[in-house]
Amino acid sequence: MSETIEADVVIVGAGPVGLFAVFELGLLDVRCHLIDILDKPGGQCAELYPEKPIYDIPAFPIITGDGLTENLMAQIKPFDPTFHLGEQVNGIERLEDGSFRVTTDADKVFLTKVVVIAAGGGSFQPKRPPVPSIEDFEGKSVFYSVRKMEAFRDHDILIVGGGDSALDWTLNLQPIARSVTLMHRRDAFRAAPDSVNKMRALVEAGEMKLMFGQVTGLEGADGQITHAVIADNDDNEHKLPTTRLLPFFGLTMKLGPIANWGLNLHENLIKVDTEKFQTSEPGIFSIGDINWYPGKLKLILSGFHEAALMAQAASRIVFPDKKILFQYTTSSTSLQKKLGVA
Amino acid sequence: MAKITYIAFDGTPYEIEARDGSTVMENAVRNAVPGIEAECGGACACATCHVYVDEAWVAITGEPEAMEEDMLDFAQDVQPNSRLSCQIRVKPELDGLIVRIPERQG
Repeated sequence: MSETIEADVVIVGAGPVGLFAVFELGLLDVRCHLIDILDKPGGQCAELYPEKPIYDIPAFPIITGDGLTENLMAQIKPFDPTFHLGEQVNGIERLEDGSFRVTTDADKVFLTKVVVIAAGGGSFQPKRPPVPSIEDFEGKSVFYSVRKMEAFRDHDILIVGGGDSALDWTLNLQPIARSVTLMHRRDAFRAAPDSVNKMRALVEAGEMKLMFGQVTGLEGADGQITHAVIADNDDNEHKLPTTRLLPFFGLTMKLGPIANWGLNLHENLIKVDTEKFQTSEPGIFSIGDINWYPGKLKLILSGFHEAALMAQAASRIVFPDKKILFQYTTSSTSLQKKLGVA
Repeated sequence: MAKITYIAFDGTPYEIEARDGSTVMENAVRNAVPGIEAECGGACACATCHVYVDEAWVAITGEPEAMEEDMLDFAQDVQPNSRLSCQIRVKPELDGLIVRIPERQG
């Protein structure tokens, strides 16, 4: 059953620029829904460099990716946006009255007057290890995430990786699996030390196996693996009976379905004007790293500027009959009321 | 300054004069050497600037630090001479450095 949500503005992407768009639209009384494929707001700042310092945010000589995300979340709190996390937008289509129907892979349908694409470098997708013909097994016996643990019960599971995802799923699936093998390229793990200790205890007790090396091939038919071919670090080849493979090699950015939305593109970026940051489709705007115009710089601060100008144009679509007054937050009591400070 | 030779996966060499203090990744990106993606822009946060350091140069470029080693877990087909090129800083001793670019990044 799909769920239908009526909205004024749907923002695709909850990175810093998508978040700041909520603020600028909020000052103009527009409420927002944000959709992001990650399970948390912040986009690249949260996923790629949460602890790394950024030096070019105006008035912040130094701030981390997490710090910037937290501050933006605090700044937009008065505008109470609705987040739809862990979801990918699949399609955008225009309805007869000029508004849009936006659908996600979680079977949600948004009916919205405006769409703002703030998708940064595209959507984060799991990295596929370089194993020949792995595509043939994906979704049947090779998975990049665990949606239902039951699908792994009584299987011979091979988990590859050394981070928290790999270790967490090793520990969670071990009790219900027929066998679990964890494989990593070296005997050092990024995952939380507590998980690593628990895993090592299971190995000691003979409850699971730990191997060092990489997967070089898969055997099986019709999407179902029977064996994984493994090269250990001394280049010896092993065949490991495997019926479920879970590789955890982190995420990479892919443009994804955006290419199919009928927008004019410039080298995989969305072309916009520099007055409204509107795309070739009126009512669909694009801001931040995903857009392109002559002179474009992929900077967070440029995305913030784009959000402010976009908001003016977008609010005219949401409230066609309302006169928009330009006001400053320092002096306008009406803006200060919206921010909850007056 | 140091001359760096990048050998693309198809075998094409790219010779670049690199300034001291810059990174091997930056010089590749600035000169459009194919196969170095550097998604995160040099923050050691993505493993898409993976290179193989020519054996003769491994001792001079040195070992990856712990953070880089962790990130290399996300790279494809990691070898003992694998490095992330954003973490190799150019210095005069690296004049003549040769790095090879893997078939794919992530």
